Amino acid sequence: MANLNELTIRAVAAGLRAGDFSSEEVAQDCFKRIRERNDDVNAFVHLTEESALERAREIDKKGFSAKDSLLKGVPVGLKDIFSTKGVRTTCCSPGLKDYVPPYDASVVERLRDAGMVMIGKTNMDEFACGASTEHSCFGVTKNPVDLDKVAGGSSGGSAAAVADDMCIYSLGTDTGGSIRQPASLCGTYGLKVTYGRVSRSGVTAMASSWDTIGPFGKSVDDLAIVLGEIAGKDRRDMTMPDEKVPDYTASLGKGVKGLKIGLPKEYFGEGIEKETKDVVMASVKRLEKEGAEIVKVSLPMTKYAIAVYYISMPAEVSANMERYDGIRFGKKASGDVKDLVDQYFVTRGEGFGDEMKRRIMIGTYVLSAGYMDAYYKKAMKVRTKIIEDFAAAFKKVDVLIGPVSPYPAFGIGEKLDDPLAMYMADALTIPASAAGLPSLACPAGSSKDGLPIGLQIIAPQFQEGLCLRVGEMV
Amino acid sequence: MKISKETVEHVAKLARLGISPKEAEKFSGQLSDVFDYMEILEEVDTSKVKETSQVTGLENVKEKDEIVPWTASGDPVERDELLGASELPVESNQILVKAAVKKS
Repeated sequence: MANLNELTIRAVAAGLRAGDFSSEEVAQDCFKRIRERNDDVNAFVHLTEESALERAREIDKKGFSAKDSLLKGVPVGLKDIFSTKGVRTTCCSPGLKDYVPPYDASVVERLRDAGMVMIGKTNMDEFACGASTEHSCFGVTKNPVDLDKVAGGSSGGSAAAVADDMCIYSLGTDTGGSIRQPASLCGTYGLKVTYGRVSRSGVTAMASSWDTIGPFGKSVDDLAIVLGEIAGKDRRDMTMPDEKVPDYTASLGKGVKGLKIGLPKEYFGEGIEKETKDVVMASVKRLEKEGAEIVKVSLPMTKYAIAVYYISMPAEVSANMERYDGIRFGKKASGDVKDLVDQYFVTRGEGFGDEMKRRIMIGTYVLSAGYMDAYYKKAMKVRTKIIEDFAAAFKKVDVLIGPVSPYPAFGIGEKLDDPLAMYMADALTIPASAAGLPSLACPAGSSKDGLPIGLQIIAPQFQEGLCLRVGEMV
Repeated sequence: MKISKETVEHVAKLARLGISPKEAEKFSGQLSDVFDYMEILEEVDTSKVKETSQVTGLENVKEKDEIVPWTASGDPVERDELLGASELPVESNQILVKAAVKKS
């Protein structure tokens, strides 16, 4: 028997139903792997071994029936941004280091109802702000493929945990690339869903007009399974259109014959490493052989996406972060403070790391009187132009394909003191986020140095099935 | 655009963010780079373009005005649990903070 921690959801579910192994054994193998590797990789920041094994034993005792979810008894890691009742949820921020939420996020409730075995919480950039998981109060997550390199971010822990077989699947969040980029850098699958596809209630808000929630997995099929469980309307999240949840696994197995795949020339242009382009193009050629029609398209607004994002997102971050005052929850100010305003200054000065401080200040600045029109409103107008770009492209093609990241995993510390260089890492993931589009990151190959290179498949809103259908053929 | 140390300190004050003079110095350089970069947007003609702040076209989503349990399972989150999340002293179901106004 292979190590059970290396299996897909589909394989675990089949094995559990056939009685080949127990849920407890799967969880045990995950914890064994974590003990061997987590000191190096630092994917998990809190482990829930005792409750996970107890839960697995309960599930084993009850057995499985035909109507049970395929996720029943399957070990999962959750990014430490999902509220988990009774389990620390820190957003990897010094200000929330000891915070234990009194309730579960909606998606966590759904997974609990499906029978999940949560084995722990995964590392991330503080409040999901970063592209390398270096901005975590628990230290950096290292790339399992090369421990001198970053795992990407902000969901670096969730990506590394799946890529390194510490769990079967995981959840992360993607605001400007935080699922796709770490998936690509670690060599695993990650899905950014349409804005409003999955409930965000109970998941710490970063930039509310951008934030989405999605899965990491070892196969496209696994992502389809998880998405089917977590997608769909939730009355606690008012930003969700009433869109039906299709059977995503039914999108698979159809091949790509007759599909039109667009290659945006900007995604293969300046600033993108040649090796990355070559690896992605080799996958595109394979899709062409399978019967897809390859069409060249242009998304001329691509080069403005980072500037739009780094105005709009910090504006929303600065508003969302106002609630962190250390009063109702979170770390209180250390030492003596003289009055309430002082209490705010000290609490927030101690509670936020550098990147959060930068984003809060950028956001406060672009929203302040006299600058609102020049920055914020201008950015929101260019955002409209980005959306129009995609709308025009989708008149000609069914999906778009390009690299996820301009380059493979970079060195730890390499971009840490140069925020602008770090922001550029999301150049190719931000545009789809700006338009609220789904995008699937798939492993496409490796660099000469053996570092994973990923591609992304972007589809129109609520066409996750199309992303998955094409992704299966990559 | 140059973001001076004084501007950084002013913005930090607006955001109720305690920063040291050393931090203000560092952020001044870093934020100047970021704002220089943003000037790229001036290349785009947006004179006839509307702003987008919501991407799926939802507007004014409403719910019936009724009391429902917060959690889907129906378990209410208890008041004591919520108050228990605070590190500050709790008195008569209220969290004690420092004075907001000066005693006269």
